[in-house]
Amino acid sequence: MSAPAGALAGRAVASTPAVASMPRHRARHRRRLVCAALAGAVVVLFLINVLLGTYTVTIPDFVRLLAGERIPGASFIVMESKLPRAVVGTLIGIAFGIAGSIFQTMLRNPLASPDIIGISYGASASAVAAIVVFGATGLAVSASAMLGALGIALLIYLLSYRRSGRSGHSAAGARLVLVGIGFAAMMQALVSYLMTRTDIRTAQDALVWLNGSLNSSNWDRVLILAASLALLLPATALLARSLRGLEMGDDAAAGLGVRVAPSRLGLVVTAVLLAAVATAAAGPVAFVAFLSGPIARRLLRGAGSLAVSALVGAVIVLAADFTGANLFPLYLTDGTSLPVGVVTGALGAPFLLWLLVTANRVGRGG
Amino acid sequence: MRTLQARDVTLAYDRRTVVRDLSVALPAGKVTIIVGANACGKSTLLRGLARLLKPAGGSVLLDGKDIHAQSTRDVAKVLGLLPQTPVAPDGLTVAELVGRGRYPHQGWFRQWTARDEDAVNTAMAATDTLELAGRDVDELSGGQRQRAWIAMALAQETDILLLDEPTTFLDVTHQIEVLDLVTDLNRRRGTTVAIVLHDLNLAARYADHLIAMKAGSVVAQGTPAEVVTGALVAEVFGLESHVMPDPVSGTPMVIPVGRHHSQIERSTS
Repeated sequence: MSAPAGALAGRAVASTPAVASMPRHRARHRRRLVCAALAGAVVVLFLINVLLGTYTVTIPDFVRLLAGERIPGASFIVMESKLPRAVVGTLIGIAFGIAGSIFQTMLRNPLASPDIIGISYGASASAVAAIVVFGATGLAVSASAMLGALGIALLIYLLSYRRSGRSGHSAAGARLVLVGIGFAAMMQALVSYLMTRTDIRTAQDALVWLNGSLNSSNWDRVLILAASLALLLPATALLARSLRGLEMGDDAAAGLGVRVAPSRLGLVVTAVLLAAVATAAAGPVAFVAFLSGPIARRLLRGAGSLAVSALVGAVIVLAADFTGANLFPLYLTDGTSLPVGVVTGALGAPFLLWLLVTANRVGRGG
Repeated sequence: MRTLQARDVTLAYDRRTVVRDLSVALPAGKVTIIVGANACGKSTLLRGLARLLKPAGGSVLLDGKDIHAQSTRDVAKVLGLLPQTPVAPDGLTVAELVGRGRYPHQGWFRQWTARDEDAVNTAMAATDTLELAGRDVDELSGGQRQRAWIAMALAQETDILLLDEPTTFLDVTHQIEVLDLVTDLNRRRGTTVAIVLHDLNLAARYADHLIAMKAGSVVAQGTPAEVVTGALVAEVFGLESHVMPDPVSGTPMVIPVGRHHSQIERSTS
């Protein structure tokens, strides 16, 4: 794998044995470094979220709590609030990061993430309808969000699906993005309509959910999320290989022996489910899915990686939640904590603009 | 020697039939070039041969067996493809692109090996892309990019290689460079090559076997000397022309007549 492999490369390249493999080794080395650094950042941010903030816990106390000891006050705040909140934050970050990165890579378009193409909006509309029309709370809202996400994803897929024409890698991606943006607008209109038709208190409940918030995290949510990810992450790992083929375009992928149609369907289903379970757990936390993939690409100087996107997603959510829940109240908003989705939204919008501007300048659409 | 042939194949997009009841066999170890006017079905035929398009009728046979009945990954170890104007993902380096050619030889558990490294190095040396290894594919010039993609197809180490208009958007120097490269590959490794090409003169020069298509059917096939005649060019392209020996290669060379500029008596046709 290292120098000797290059040296074996044969007579034709005897003079430049390892030249071709150098960039590959460098890229692999860089990926390991980035992964390790991000994993470290996730651990640190996780601990900051649990230990620091308006209520501070010392590390020895935290260890004692984990060991099952009861400390009055701290037990409840850490074990029932801060810890599940940080776990949910980490898990949805991972889920959003992978979901967005799968869509963006497969459709070769950074705009093709589930929070831009209407899947998150489908979840929102469905959840708000459940809150406003049926007075749903808690898990019923999550379930409704999940159904909404899946329903909209199915509609987008059916409407943008066309048998591949002669151009093979075709405009399928662009069409899906456009159809998705159309659905996003319709769903937003539906949400606005529902919000104006309901009383102010229900609207407030709905608004908290719409912003994307970790406030109502509890161990039930953690359990559902963890169980879903226990199925979806291995599926992602299995499909990651065909994703590397599919990003070459459908024709080249088929030429390399990728089973294009089943692989793509498997990836779409996995990505939609990841986005749906994350949205169901915490609401449509804005732009996490959209930001993670491109940031991972920048960190890796080019080639993307689902694992790195997942870690970037977790870092974004944990950092944004700590900022919204602790830093903003302290310095900016006079004690009012902001839901995580407000912070990621404030972060994501400028990034979207920057991406659009530089994409045009460099002439790489996606 | 691997064989690839189409038997009574009908190829269609949705309900639009492009190629009907066509049979061709690629001569093993030779360079076959498919020519014809725009929309004559030549690229569609290549897509059919490459199993990208499932025939609506008839079959494509790889080593005598239906190509769609074989595992697509096994086929990819034998049959390589360079699609028309391929686009690499953002930020992919040339070395990584060429490495992707090893895809069918790898698996979930079988990761990158010395064998893969060897294949990639050899492919890059053959295409003169070693010094581009660390560059982004989307930074390259058209000719360099096409060489990188051909290197990817070479790294796949297949006995048959199909190329769909590999010289599109290249200037004349790079067109010759690409076709010379493919010829090298054929001569050195005995790879069976099929190319869809627009330029009739280059096709006549580089082909061992020439297939001329019109409206989804084969009009003529054989050596360029047999196939390329004034009558055939008139039939396939609807163009009046003079055919004379190429002063460089001795293969037939087509000089189009057109409505202007003629210094000789127009032939009575």
